[in-house]
Amino acid sequence: MRLACLAVALSLFAALAAAFEIEDHRFYPGTGPQVLKIISTADLEVFEPYLLAFQAQRPELSIDYTVASSAALYGAIRNGAPFDLALSSAMDLQFRLANDGFALPHASDRTDALPDWARWRDLIFAFTAEPAVVVLSADRFAGLDVPATRQELISLLRAYPDRFQGAVGTYDIRDSGLGYLFATQEARSTDAFWRLSEVMGRLAPRLYCCSGQMIDDVAAGRLALAYNVLGSYAVERMARASGGRVKIVQMQDFSNVILRTALVPRQAENTGAAGAMIDKLADLGLRDGPGTWPLPPLRPSADDAGGGFGPIRLGPALMVFLDPLNRRDFLGEWENAMVQR
Amino acid sequence: MKTTGSIGRRLTLLLAGVAALLSLLSWGMVTTLARQAAERTQDNVLAASATTIAETLRSEQGEVRLELPYSAFAMLDAISQDRVFYRIAAGDALLTGYDDLPVPTAVPAPGQVVFDTGVYSGEAVRMATVSRPVVAGSQPVQVTVTVAQTRHGVGTISAELSRVAAILSVAFFAVAVGLSAVAARTSLRPLNEIAAAVSRRGPSDLRPLRRDAPEELAPLMTSLNRLMERLGQSIRRSEDFIAEAAHRVRTPLAVVRTQAEIALRSVGDEAEKTRLRRIIRAVDESSRSAGQLLDHATVAWRADDLARAPVDLAELAAQTAGALEATAAMKDIRLHLDTAPARVAGDAVLLENALRNVLDNAIKYSPEDTAVRLSVRTADGEARIAVSDEGPGLGTGPAEALTERFRRGDNTEGIVGSGLGLTIARDVLTAHGGRLEFAPAPKGRGTCVSLVLPSL
Repeated sequence: MRLACLAVALSLFAALAAAFEIEDHRFYPGTGPQVLKIISTADLEVFEPYLLAFQAQRPELSIDYTVASSAALYGAIRNGAPFDLALSSAMDLQFRLANDGFALPHASDRTDALPDWARWRDLIFAFTAEPAVVVLSADRFAGLDVPATRQELISLLRAYPDRFQGAVGTYDIRDSGLGYLFATQEARSTDAFWRLSEVMGRLAPRLYCCSGQMIDDVAAGRLALAYNVLGSYAVERMARASGGRVKIVQMQDFSNVILRTALVPRQAENTGAAGAMIDKLADLGLRDGPGTWPLPPLRPSADDAGGGFGPIRLGPALMVFLDPLNRRDFLGEWENAMVQR
Repeated sequence: MKTTGSIGRRLTLLLAGVAALLSLLSWGMVTTLARQAAERTQDNVLAASATTIAETLRSEQGEVRLELPYSAFAMLDAISQDRVFYRIAAGDALLTGYDDLPVPTAVPAPGQVVFDTGVYSGEAVRMATVSRPVVAGSQPVQVTVTVAQTRHGVGTISAELSRVAAILSVAFFAVAVGLSAVAARTSLRPLNEIAAAVSRRGPSDLRPLRRDAPEELAPLMTSLNRLMERLGQSIRRSEDFIAEAAHRVRTPLAVVRTQAEIALRSVGDEAEKTRLRRIIRAVDESSRSAGQLLDHATVAWRADDLARAPVDLAELAAQTAGALEATAAMKDIRLHLDTAPARVAGDAVLLENALRNVLDNAIKYSPEDTAVRLSVRTADGEARIAVSDEGPGLGTGPAEALTERFRRGDNTEGIVGSGLGLTIARDVLTAHGGRLEFAPAPKGRGTCVSLVLPSL
């Protein structure tokens, strides 16, 4: 009786310790008993081709794929949730995990082929470079020039407050790790960020947790523009499918490029399979053209060289804005600008 | 003589050993210095990072506030990919960062950076700590800023430099070994040259070595010269002794011979006369031997410091033949002279002595009533006096052996002789740069002995 109580208590504790919000989950059974447990921020529709390609190479391997937000992923790994591979677009959180000793090293000729900026100490490996873009509704922008810089965007928003009132969307950086990363890096790199925030704040902006909803709302015409959306090929496909109603613009004055990264958590059991998956992703990251894959490669191809800015640097500086004091200050300032009552 | 190793090899090994030691030392030093330099660089960056953070410290509404500057951590990334930890505390209370970072307990004085090494998160870390008082509320509180970084990059940089230094050290060592071999050979060259100079010398050349020698070899040269001088003196003393002895024996022998001849004339008994004749004959032989010993000593003495005056061999041959005519006549031997002028440079006394000994030999070994021929010729830059007899020949032994001291041919029984005659002749000719040649006489019977000299 007492033992049963203990067992229940233990399993409850384990569930609590590993408790985090799961957005999606799918199991791809393989022919053998081995399972590769992946936790990722990438939606299934985006990432499924990669999983299937990998499983085609290793058919004996079952893949257990869990989608979570970047913050949930970070917490899960820190709390020892049993995953073999963590894939996230939140570079800062991934870096912090590696820096604090929550990652296992992995090295192979594939990862050695990655450029220096695309890996850090055999612990983190980048496999995509994705820019932040602005998504516009063509209908809402009818008769207006498409802005190419932040300055033009600010002028436009100032000139037509009625048209954009309540029709501007961006990440709620209090919830979205990616939004926070974009905002902090942009604040560091360009003066226009705070002025733009002020202008947006006056237009009663709508704040989102994730890019998917934002794009949907632009496509449906509920939003005139969504600022700082992660520009993957999925977004581009959606824009093309919308029949010209959705336009994607990359700011010419400055554009953040984030690296989607992989790491093997400290608690990983199937490190061999995780390493093989990293090698596969590194290989795909170094491919020359976009191909049929939903996520872009590390090096932009010639036709979409977006401004020529390098990606955000993988390094300890990423931890600066994760510091609670800095975060508190930054969020305070952001709220002052964006959430005007 | 047993050789005990080679100086050259020993010198090379010694120099190579020194080079190896120096290579090892320089490698060790470069490795240490590289490590120190890498560590100092890391220290400087850590100090700059901690100072940059400390500069943002301020007080707002009674609260210590700070802002981690982006550059404070970006600069840590500049050198290597190392893990970074930090801790900022006001007094004992953590403001932000990693609470369990093992920061030093001693609070640094304002403006001073304290470095420390520790272990955090399973890795060795280097920490820089600065401290600054901030007035928050009523009284100042000491805020310490610690920035720590793992030492992976330091290890990588110093290992790389150490590897390069090791390669350079090995190369340096290889070059040094080659140079050592060359140096050893060069420094031993004077010694080899002296050895070669000594071995090139003739058997009786005891002149002192007059060569320029390095300082270290001067004692050897001095000792060698002194040894040769002593040896020369010793040889001269024994020659002197022989000459003296021969001289002293000859005078009493002459007295004995005179007395024996007087006695021969006064006795009538035939048996007594025969006995006395035998005495005279023995005395003659002894006297002759003593004379030759004296000659030998004279040759040895004069050859040491040879006079080189022009001498006409034809004239010399005529004189010598004249002097021995009486002796030859006693055995009814005819002396035929066939001379042409031949001039050589030399000591007339010695040359006469040599020729007399050869001619004397010829007369002595010739049967009665025969002829001894003397010819003097010049050909091919050589002057040659040939003495041919009709005697029994040279016997079966090697001809050159006859010139050894006290050696006599194996067909000389019944003829008195000392065995010194040809030795003297050879020594004289050698001293003049010439030689003695033996050949069967051209008429098929007898011997032809030639004295060959370089002509003027």
